Amino acid sequence: MKTLIKNGTLVNPRGKSGEWDVLLEDGVVKALLPRGSEAEAGEVVDARGLHVMPGFIDMHVHLREPGFEYKEDIASGTLAAAHGGFTAVACMPNTSPVNDNKVVTRYILDRAKEAGHARVYPIAAVTKGLLGEEMTPMGGLLAAGAVAFSDDGRPVESAQRMRLALEYAKNFGALIISHCEDLSMAGEGAMNEGEVSAILGIKGISRAAEEVMLARELILAEALDCRVHIAHISTALGVELLRQAKARGVKATGETCPHYFSATDEWCKGYDANAKMNPPLRTARDVEAIKQGLADGTLDCIVTDHAPHAAWEKESGFLTAPNGIIGLETAYSLGITNLVEPGVLTYGQLVEHMSCRPAEVLGVPGGVIEEGAAADITLADPKASVVYTQANNHSKSANSPFFGKRLKGRVVRTILGGKMTAQNL
Amino acid sequence: MQFQHKNLLGLQGLTKEEITGILDVAETMLPVVESKDKRLPLLQGKTVVTLFYENSTRTRTSFELAAKYLGATVSNIVASTSSVQKGESLKDTGKTLDQMGTDAIVIRHPMSGAAHKLAEYVNASVLNAGDGLNEHPTQALLDMLAMRTRFGRIEGLKVAIVGDVLHSRVARSNLWGLTTMGASVTFAGPTTLLPEAFQKYGATVTNDVREAVTGADVVMALRIQRERQKAGLIPSVGEYARFFGINEEVLKLAKPGCVVMHPGPMNRNVEIDNATADASHSLVERQVHCGVAVRMAVLSLLVGGNSK
Repeated sequence: MKTLIKNGTLVNPRGKSGEWDVLLEDGVVKALLPRGSEAEAGEVVDARGLHVMPGFIDMHVHLREPGFEYKEDIASGTLAAAHGGFTAVACMPNTSPVNDNKVVTRYILDRAKEAGHARVYPIAAVTKGLLGEEMTPMGGLLAAGAVAFSDDGRPVESAQRMRLALEYAKNFGALIISHCEDLSMAGEGAMNEGEVSAILGIKGISRAAEEVMLARELILAEALDCRVHIAHISTALGVELLRQAKARGVKATGETCPHYFSATDEWCKGYDANAKMNPPLRTARDVEAIKQGLADGTLDCIVTDHAPHAAWEKESGFLTAPNGIIGLETAYSLGITNLVEPGVLTYGQLVEHMSCRPAEVLGVPGGVIEEGAAADITLADPKASVVYTQANNHSKSANSPFFGKRLKGRVVRTILGGKMTAQNL
Repeated sequence: MQFQHKNLLGLQGLTKEEITGILDVAETMLPVVESKDKRLPLLQGKTVVTLFYENSTRTRTSFELAAKYLGATVSNIVASTSSVQKGESLKDTGKTLDQMGTDAIVIRHPMSGAAHKLAEYVNASVLNAGDGLNEHPTQALLDMLAMRTRFGRIEGLKVAIVGDVLHSRVARSNLWGLTTMGASVTFAGPTTLLPEAFQKYGATVTNDVREAVTGADVVMALRIQRERQKAGLIPSVGEYARFFGINEEVLKLAKPGCVVMHPGPMNRNVEIDNATADASHSLVERQVHCGVAVRMAVLSLLVGGNSK
């Protein structure tokens, strides 16, 4: 069957942009046609006023299955992804059991295929059981379908273990994603250490807890001449360290999350556990630096770190509540609201960070609408203004500090392999 | 006096008039505490539950006696003997107490923000008797009552608060209370125990105890817990006492007529010298006395007859 997406504006930084109609056939892009071209198609999508973009790719989500299905499962998480404009997600291995073996990797892929809402790329653990000790069988995991390695949620504490993992990963050209956190410094901290933690009486986490390990990873990547990807960068110095490393030619890449350019530790006032995450929300100065890092390309990717938790877990109190927030269905809107509208990024740059660069960093297809490419396409209205409510939420969990906020930009339709996976009316 | 709040979660956000109003009522309670017949039936027919997730003898007893002097029915829940140990959440515990007809819940909890969370879930008035490192409002109120009965005022007093400020909910409540009342507050202690950010909120912060004490009307020592040594925040309690302890030598720098306070329990010869703790200028015992009056005042304002 053929589908014609017409009258839209292509925002497609790695291909043709502007007034093009897109003809899809058999799950792939058949042709880009000048707007108004007559083409036969069984289905016509009128994209007047909409941006037509390569499907978003989120290289950092927690789908919680297997093991924590009360928070989220692969079907619900990927449905939320589709509604947020994502056609692919890479899921972290801190499930139960941990994705440190090919049985779990294959299980995730099978469940994702059954659900059919998005492409799912499993990220396997760097160390068995996420314990920071024995390395996982990286070659076998890659063969089973893993796309990268991370102990996300925890750092690989030992510098020597990390050094060996980075070195071993080179055998396969595999990517290691580092969750940077010096646990001895983070201690019992529950939010950013600073003026707000001082008056809330909450133990703070020094920004240095993130930065010292971030610096370690960059030094290791430089010394070993290997790749490393820094997860969820939240601080100004973190951005600057990555910027300097890239300037020296270190093969490092980095990501940040919408909450790090949309919210600060002020949001913890009132002890709302939906403002609790790891790394913690920082300060206005950090938000500015994150925006600058996205604008100049120091930060490669915007990822959601979608981390569903049940209401009762978040309600238990600020100190005992688990870290993290859901984010798949607010990412695009927060990008438009806080990056494009204030002039930090162009529409094209936002697509770079949400689709093109994640595809490159992970080494997966996508990130461009061109003839022959898979028909993974996101349609959005960048001018729409909507209040984010539970009605827009397709995750099993509802732990977000953005409920009730008026946001600019709305994903309208998501197409995966030529088939519509979500429509927001 | 009308107190327009359902709960007392902290002194942050209260106005000078509101704090003055509480202290005025508390002052009228002092004679009740001192009389032979300790009965003022403002809370007759009301139920007060103390819900303590942390050990505390003096604060719990002070609240219990305050409620009883006012004629309330009082029930004490200690976490070690309650459903808390069975993993019941704060929310469920609060709702259960609500259904039993509780008018006020006095809560102490090791987690900052616990009282605020409980208040979101229950209809009863919530009185914060200490939440983690955050606030201990009745302690700061009793400190202020002790100061006011001694000096006749709070405004313009120079107050030095010395010790483990970082981990002290007493320090935070006094920061809000004393600055709102117009006192000049200086916090002092070693860098590892002193949040510099307090400067942003109207206080002075220094690592030099002598500087803090110089010209002070009130010197308050805060408890140094021995765990701080184990966590590496101070090398030893001995070194702490030598450089940051309050003793008669340091107090020579204070204003004549200066008083010494401590929220208790004291570590003698650590944050406060043995002789200083018992000296005539020590207000430590007076503080405990004022504590009952302040808690009577707060309970009567929050759950007494005409407030609801």
